[in-house]
Amino acid sequence: MLSINNLQAKVEEKDILKGLSLDIKPGEIHAIMGPNGAGKSTLGNVLSGREGYEVTGGTVSFDGKNILEMDAEERAREGLFLAFQYPVEIPGVSNLEFLKASVDSIREHRGEEAMSSVEFLKLARAKCKLVNLDQSFLKRGVNEGFSGGEKKRNEIMQMMLLEPKLCILDETDSGLDIDALQVVAEGVNSQRDPNRSFIVVTHYQRLLDYIVPDFVHVLADGKIVKSGGKELALELEEKGYSWIEGEEA
Amino acid sequence: MAAVDFNQQAVAFASGANNSGFLKSLNEQGLKEFKALPFPTRKTEDWKYTSLFALTKHDYNQSIQTSDASGLEILYEVADLNANRLVFVNGVYKAEASSLESQSGVLVSTFLGADSVLQAEIASKVGQSAESDRNLFTALNNAQVNDGVFIKIDKDVQVQKPIHIVNITTAQAKSSTVFARCFVELAQHANATVIEQFVSSDEEQNVIMNQTTEANIGDGAKLNHYRLNSEHESSLHFAGVYVDLNRDSQFESYQVLLGGKIKRLDILVNHNVGGSHCEMKGVYLPKHDQHVDIHSYIEHKAPNCTTSEVYRGIMADQSNAVFNGRIHIHPDAQKTFAELSNKNLLLSNKATINTKPELEIYADDVRCAHGATVAQIDEQARFYLRSRGISAKQADIMLSFGFINELLESIPLDALRMKMRPLMAEQFTSNKELTKHLLHEDEEGA
Repeated sequence: MLSINNLQAKVEEKDILKGLSLDIKPGEIHAIMGPNGAGKSTLGNVLSGREGYEVTGGTVSFDGKNILEMDAEERAREGLFLAFQYPVEIPGVSNLEFLKASVDSIREHRGEEAMSSVEFLKLARAKCKLVNLDQSFLKRGVNEGFSGGEKKRNEIMQMMLLEPKLCILDETDSGLDIDALQVVAEGVNSQRDPNRSFIVVTHYQRLLDYIVPDFVHVLADGKIVKSGGKELALELEEKGYSWIEGEEA
Repeated sequence: MAAVDFNQQAVAFASGANNSGFLKSLNEQGLKEFKALPFPTRKTEDWKYTSLFALTKHDYNQSIQTSDASGLEILYEVADLNANRLVFVNGVYKAEASSLESQSGVLVSTFLGADSVLQAEIASKVGQSAESDRNLFTALNNAQVNDGVFIKIDKDVQVQKPIHIVNITTAQAKSSTVFARCFVELAQHANATVIEQFVSSDEEQNVIMNQTTEANIGDGAKLNHYRLNSEHESSLHFAGVYVDLNRDSQFESYQVLLGGKIKRLDILVNHNVGGSHCEMKGVYLPKHDQHVDIHSYIEHKAPNCTTSEVYRGIMADQSNAVFNGRIHIHPDAQKTFAELSNKNLLLSNKATINTKPELEIYADDVRCAHGATVAQIDEQARFYLRSRGISAKQADIMLSFGFINELLESIPLDALRMKMRPLMAEQFTSNKELTKHLLHEDEEGA
């Protein structure tokens, strides 16, 4: 599904990713852990096509397509979804209007018929319920005045509506209390599917108690320095990132 | 090419007009003031950012051909707006396109349609509030005014239907100046909604619309006032709005300024007695090479009055906008609460905005705030939308619309709001596919 080979990228003239390789098959959950500044968020941004990130080497193939040549919106339409660490507040643009525009563009790309407003509203309300967001959130500005947990639940709701093939969760656990974390994790788990893969980027092991990964990778200084099963996360929690860095040295 | 002397031409034209009617003394006084006022240049402080050079290149005193109102309904009809309507085409009242329903205590009449008793009253009132001695275009309006709308609401009367005044210009008025006038008087505790709409037929016309509105709002009375401009890109618009607020009275104003080549609106509100409230909300969306200039002057002359001004503008292409908001707190105006906010979005690096909020305070116990911002589309918000499959172009439109949506949502007249949404969305693109998501306001109720 996703094949990253020797990816190198820089931001503002600074090399961040220095030869990252990763293969993800349909249905797999990969956790990417690592110390601050290792390039975890950069990976999500580069994959989703954010401007300002310059790819200087390597390839990324998503379902056989070279996504590095695509605009952000084309990647989203191809089935790539980034759940933001800090979802943006957009006053004046209603959540419902945003979601409908988003779903419409993705359905159009898939060659599916546009949903009617009524049909869509029903669907959006149902998804709200699943992530425990009040329906009134549909009427409010996108993320406007939402709490940290509400913003993350809104991200998960978007994921449910867009039904992507690959979801990148960028530090989705940051700033969440344990209850909110559970709601978010349940939302993610409900979306597990043999054809859908996840990259869970996190600094802490606790999220992985709720979203259990198939593989754990440690990212340090722009590269994956260690890979293993879910037990690697526990080991990391216990020994700290300095353990990996020490081993590498 | 010999430059046209706008003043000279206008004076010659005004002097030649047959001003022997009931407004003779206003016309004469206006002409005198007009002659005394200098033609504004870029050195004139109030006109620093608006060039009137166009007026010196062209003679705007051609005579107006007759035209009728048939086929123009599409320009002004608002679905579900149950209003009393007065339609003027090129300054001439069209009874056949108008509909007025009588209500006790509500007087709505054209100047020319009034009987001699009412005309005498009109002559005694019109021009009393307008500061023609300092505004060239208002002086010219006084000099030329012939017909207009006179609205008088009796004590305690709540006007049931909005009063919708439509001013249309067409190619029959090409290279002419069209004069329009409105006078509103609300007695104690009266309440009315007045919508002034300015539209053009879709044809090259190069018309100057010169319009003046005066409103005298009595003790405890409230006027909801709308000004909606969506004129042809070749037309010019110069307007003055003069409002007098009495004890505990309220003025609520919504201004939507679209279209036109050059547009200038001066709006002056006097808090004369105390306890009055002024609320103004305005949106301007110039594009192409359009120029829009709003000057607001709020005079706090008495204590315990409040003013809230919120203006938002989005400038596209090579357009220009000017916002000058002045709030003047006189020494007696203690316990004033005044706030002014002007936010601007530039969609192109060739567009400009000159914004100047001004507070002048001579009282010591007041609360005032003012602020102006100029920004471009937020990159983070744009990326967020794009990462959900929304195209960059559509994202920009959604974000632009979002920028003014808050003001639009606050329009209390549902029918008008529903009319304005697509009109404003169209400002950003003619591609309906890209604006369809902006137009489903009521689906939440589905």
